[in-house]
Amino acid sequence: MSTLELGAARAVAMSPPGPRKRILPGPAVQYVALPLTLLILWEVLCVAGFIKPVLLPAPTQVLQTFWELLRSGELLKHVGASMIRVLEGSALAALLGIGLGIGIGLSRTVARVMDLVIQVLKPIPPIAWIPMAILWFGIGEMSKVYLIFLGAFFPILINVVDGIRQTDNKFIEVARLLEVPRGKFIRQVVIPGAFPAIMTGIRVGVGVAWMCVVAAELIAASSGIGYLIMDARQLSQPDAVLVGMITIGVIGKLMDNLIQRLEEKLIRWKVAYGGE
Amino acid sequence: MTLQSPAEGNLVIEGLHKTYSTQGREIAALKDINLSIGKGEFVSIVGSSGCGKSTLLRIIAGLDNGYEGAVRLDGARISRPGLDRGMVFQEHRLLPWLTVEQNVAFGLNSNGLEAKSRIVREHIDLVGLNGFATAYPHQLSGGMAQRVAIARALVNRPQILLLDEPFGALDALTRIQMQQEILRLWEMELTTMILVTHDIDEAIFLGDRVAVMSNRPGAIKKVVPVVLSRPRDRTSYEFVRIRKEIFTEFFAEAEKPFAYAI
Repeated sequence: MSTLELGAARAVAMSPPGPRKRILPGPAVQYVALPLTLLILWEVLCVAGFIKPVLLPAPTQVLQTFWELLRSGELLKHVGASMIRVLEGSALAALLGIGLGIGIGLSRTVARVMDLVIQVLKPIPPIAWIPMAILWFGIGEMSKVYLIFLGAFFPILINVVDGIRQTDNKFIEVARLLEVPRGKFIRQVVIPGAFPAIMTGIRVGVGVAWMCVVAAELIAASSGIGYLIMDARQLSQPDAVLVGMITIGVIGKLMDNLIQRLEEKLIRWKVAYGGE
Repeated sequence: MTLQSPAEGNLVIEGLHKTYSTQGREIAALKDINLSIGKGEFVSIVGSSGCGKSTLLRIIAGLDNGYEGAVRLDGARISRPGLDRGMVFQEHRLLPWLTVEQNVAFGLNSNGLEAKSRIVREHIDLVGLNGFATAYPHQLSGGMAQRVAIARALVNRPQILLLDEPFGALDALTRIQMQQEILRLWEMELTTMILVTHDIDEAIFLGDRVAVMSNRPGAIKKVVPVVLSRPRDRTSYEFVRIRKEIFTEFFAEAEKPFAYAI
């Protein structure tokens, strides 16, 4: 879920000016060097016959299958179906996670009441919920959205609570000195202060939700990236399986970037450190 | 801008003790502080870092209330913060997500919308920042941010403004500018000012009296009156004499530093 790549790009921009031996290639080259090398190595090993195509088809083969699935419109259909589930599940998780997180963050009583239930439910992986999800929601959309919701909910909740708990004591003192009423204090100090953490929670949550998509679509699905993968597995089409996997990876990265962009837009006052 | 309340604004500190307990040991932070500050007075408190001068200011602000002795404002014991006291810290403590005008309005809670925006505008003008109302704190220089912090502390027209090393983080030139600025505000607003600083020059330049604090436990060693008309000339004979007098208070301690080292 991390955005190492963005961080790295920024780190390069941040390196101090002045005399520094330039032995490294440019940032764009650094960025694509590793994936390209891996792809070439993979292709070479396949062409040379070291890897059996039934175990791992060559990148060119995967690319061809990708093109076919794209042209037939099948890939977009599956991506669209999964996206809608992830958006629904994440939106629900964000709504409840932020709401409950603010409650827990602000009130020790709410925190105490909720703590044990959350601590016990949190470690249960969404995949373990599948039987209950089917029992409760049937095999329709609802059970899939529920699993995705579970995946996204806890990261969001925990980040929101953390963000609120970390309200700067210096601002609390200022609010006390100015006798700022509690409602205004929450609106103008606590929530904006927690906002970066809330955004981080949403970013992590959406990432986990997207990872849950395959698990969710194990439930009698007839569409979605997870279905595409499981279907290809049954038909012994490892190239189609790989297309599904890589699609999940690429879309996950793009969504992460999108949320980060959004965060940077919304939090103009924050100057983040990008790393060396 | 008229005075809102005719209340006295007399601050009386009598036999103030404050102890901290760390790791089971009691450490005296303030010892037998006695000080009376009248309405409209400008009192500087000077001392080296860690002498408890900030603690004293925090007690007056009502942020620190576990103390022995009496700290009274117009006869009422101070135990919590109140709008009759404003405070400016060394760091500006502006909310980074609010604009200048929103930060100034942060302290205004009970006024109507129209009165509120008028008061905010007046105070932004007062500290010389018109044109910056919609700027965010990270777009301001250190001196400008501190001006906003002062405006925010003044919006409720407090009787006492507590200044906790407010210019300590500014460069030397901006600091002198801000000292003149705070004098101007003091003369306009007639607010009682209590300034804590480690800058002897600043303490003399601003204060009607300079309270010199000793280290561990923090106690007031001496109160030096500064009977000089304003604006004060930092190079005048009397100014330099007072500076020397206060300096000697610290030299006496510096001669036997090991007695004060932990």
